[in-house]
Amino acid sequence: MFHKEKSIQIKNSASALYNNLSVLRIAPRRLTYFTVVHANVVNMVSASWDGLNYSHRQLQSKEPNVATSTSLIMQAAFCVLPSRDLLVVSSQKGIQMYESDGSIMVYWHALDTPEAPTEQAVFARGISAVSDNYICVGVSSGAVLVFDVPSKGSNITLSEVLEEHKEAITDIAAECSGSQERLASLVTADDGGNVCVWKSGEEFQLLNKIPGLDITCSSVKLWKGTVLAGYGNGQIRLYEAVTGILHAEVNAHARWIYSLDVAPFSGLLLSAAEDSFVRVWHLAMTPETNSVEIAHLHNECVTDTQICGAKFCDGDGYAFAVTGYDLSEIIRYVQS
Amino acid sequence: MSVRTLPLVFINLGGEMLYILDQRLRAHNTSDSRVWSEGDRKRVLNDIVGTMFSKSFMDELLKPQQLYSHRTMKTVLTRLAHTSIMRLNPASMDRLYELMIMAFKYQVFLCPRPKDLLLISYNHMDSIRALVRDTPAVLNQVDETHRKVIEVYSTFSEGELQLLRQTLLIFFQDMHIRVSLFLKNQIQNPSGRFVLTTSGPVPSGVDVPGLIRTFDLRGREVSRSEFPPGGSFCGSVGEGSFELNGDRVVRLAQLSPSSRGDPDPNSPPNPLAKEELNLLARLMGSMKAENVPTGERRFRISLFSTDQEEAGASGGEQQDTIQVINIQAVQDGQAALALARIAGEFADEEAKLENPSSSKGDELLAMMDDL
Repeated sequence: MFHKEKSIQIKNSASALYNNLSVLRIAPRRLTYFTVVHANVVNMVSASWDGLNYSHRQLQSKEPNVATSTSLIMQAAFCVLPSRDLLVVSSQKGIQMYESDGSIMVYWHALDTPEAPTEQAVFARGISAVSDNYICVGVSSGAVLVFDVPSKGSNITLSEVLEEHKEAITDIAAECSGSQERLASLVTADDGGNVCVWKSGEEFQLLNKIPGLDITCSSVKLWKGTVLAGYGNGQIRLYEAVTGILHAEVNAHARWIYSLDVAPFSGLLLSAAEDSFVRVWHLAMTPETNSVEIAHLHNECVTDTQICGAKFCDGDGYAFAVTGYDLSEIIRYVQS
Repeated sequence: MSVRTLPLVFINLGGEMLYILDQRLRAHNTSDSRVWSEGDRKRVLNDIVGTMFSKSFMDELLKPQQLYSHRTMKTVLTRLAHTSIMRLNPASMDRLYELMIMAFKYQVFLCPRPKDLLLISYNHMDSIRALVRDTPAVLNQVDETHRKVIEVYSTFSEGELQLLRQTLLIFFQDMHIRVSLFLKNQIQNPSGRFVLTTSGPVPSGVDVPGLIRTFDLRGREVSRSEFPPGGSFCGSVGEGSFELNGDRVVRLAQLSPSSRGDPDPNSPPNPLAKEELNLLARLMGSMKAENVPTGERRFRISLFSTDQEEAGASGGEQQDTIQVINIQAVQDGQAALALARIAGEFADEEAKLENPSSSKGDELLAMMDDL
């Protein structure tokens, strides 16, 4: 069903972090951007669709106006809004937002870090664009920061702080099917496996809270009102977002899941874990029963590699890309 | 990233170091030269363990702080070794450090669940306890530390332990030093990367992959189907004990003489011991005391050109009955290349990760100077 294509070499190896790959497809320029985090550096590669041109850029996590200090980055993700695309980088010190090619930093938000190290680690993790003008970023305290993003310029402001989670945020996702009538626009997940469902707006509204069982939910997606969640015990669960009804439970992987992705137009689901497997699934909605079914389609094994990032490269799921701990390449697969 | 990595790092790296020293010193007793007596061996181990598990050392490690750089870590471990009557030159320490790091990287990488990182640490502590069981005072310290470690880490959630593991994996990133025993036992590839098998038991709490269950609106299961998961995983073998004593189940970092050289890739205990022994044999085997004084025996490896410099460096310790033996570290080709590459890597790492506020590790070093 899929076969391996030529890999893209990156300047550094990928670090073992959840959701450590982000992809942005730029159709008008026939380019795709990829970002992979290595310690305190974001490696960006711009790949032309004809496979002939690759250009690299590295972004370091550095607070502006501070010459030497750097900090470890937890995640880098592209945020697609109607009028602009931004690259958001979350680290131990704060949140940086760049133009999507990484050329200019347009916004910096510092986390409240105490003078002396506290018992708990402090960092930002979990990034998503939501609705037309918000970007949400999670924090280790469990708070979710909501930033209001204007259609251009750097007048980005912190509009709200959502305080529902008590454990560190792991991942955040917005409804990606494109349909406007869905009530739930955002889902947030934490270290304890708790998943919160929100409606966006001037004030975000909590619609539902799906309790975790102390099993970390490391990666989460929201598609057609369904929460797709990947857990540390290798399970994928499908919940109806607004009601919390469990549709399906899959014993998908033998180790911790690090990444989930959805191809919104075709309903393909991608899961990747430390067990070295990437799996492709198909999601089918049954409108009569208002339920979702999941079927297994395909496996790929990346030998001797603990996978940390897996993303579809396009909305149909025609191609996907994978990163692994200690690996200095982005491995690509394409439908046969 | 995690601010609680240091205690586990020292217990595990220190544990690896003690494995080597113990085995090497035992082996020496069977040779004709009788350079190290049983009493010497026990004294060396007791001195190092006593320092490592002293309340002040552990309290310093237990403070929430970022992980040290490799250079600082190596310096502290060297000083730790030197709290005993043993001395090692920088080249030998470099190579030993490489081996210790690769052993620990292997254990962290293959760790089935983040929580098992604690079991691996407890395996090391169990072995350390066995080494000093004849000295109640030191044994007591180890027990006390073990209790404290259990107390601190038992409150960690799996998510927090995974963050700790991810922090350690960044520390080990891009290190692919080939270890001949790992290569021989096929747990490491010629490229330097570890083998990750797709067979064997799943971790405790994980189900074998392959099952899809669907539910109705009331939560009742309506169907089951299977999918081919690839690999050949089987059920978990149960959870190990997190208490002071008990069967840890997880075999990573266990030192078991009968299974040394065991080629089974699924359950290797500490296979590094033999490799490390061979290195130490080359380094120390040439030590021959010519005129052994009847008093205190100490053996130093000369780092500096004159004795005055030596005295200054070691803080003016007692010099009366010291026999100085000059040893050059025997550097094989692989070690030399590995060292050069690592030196380069550390230089890059220093540039990236060195905290400009140089207090990192300094308090610990200062404290050790006072010991």
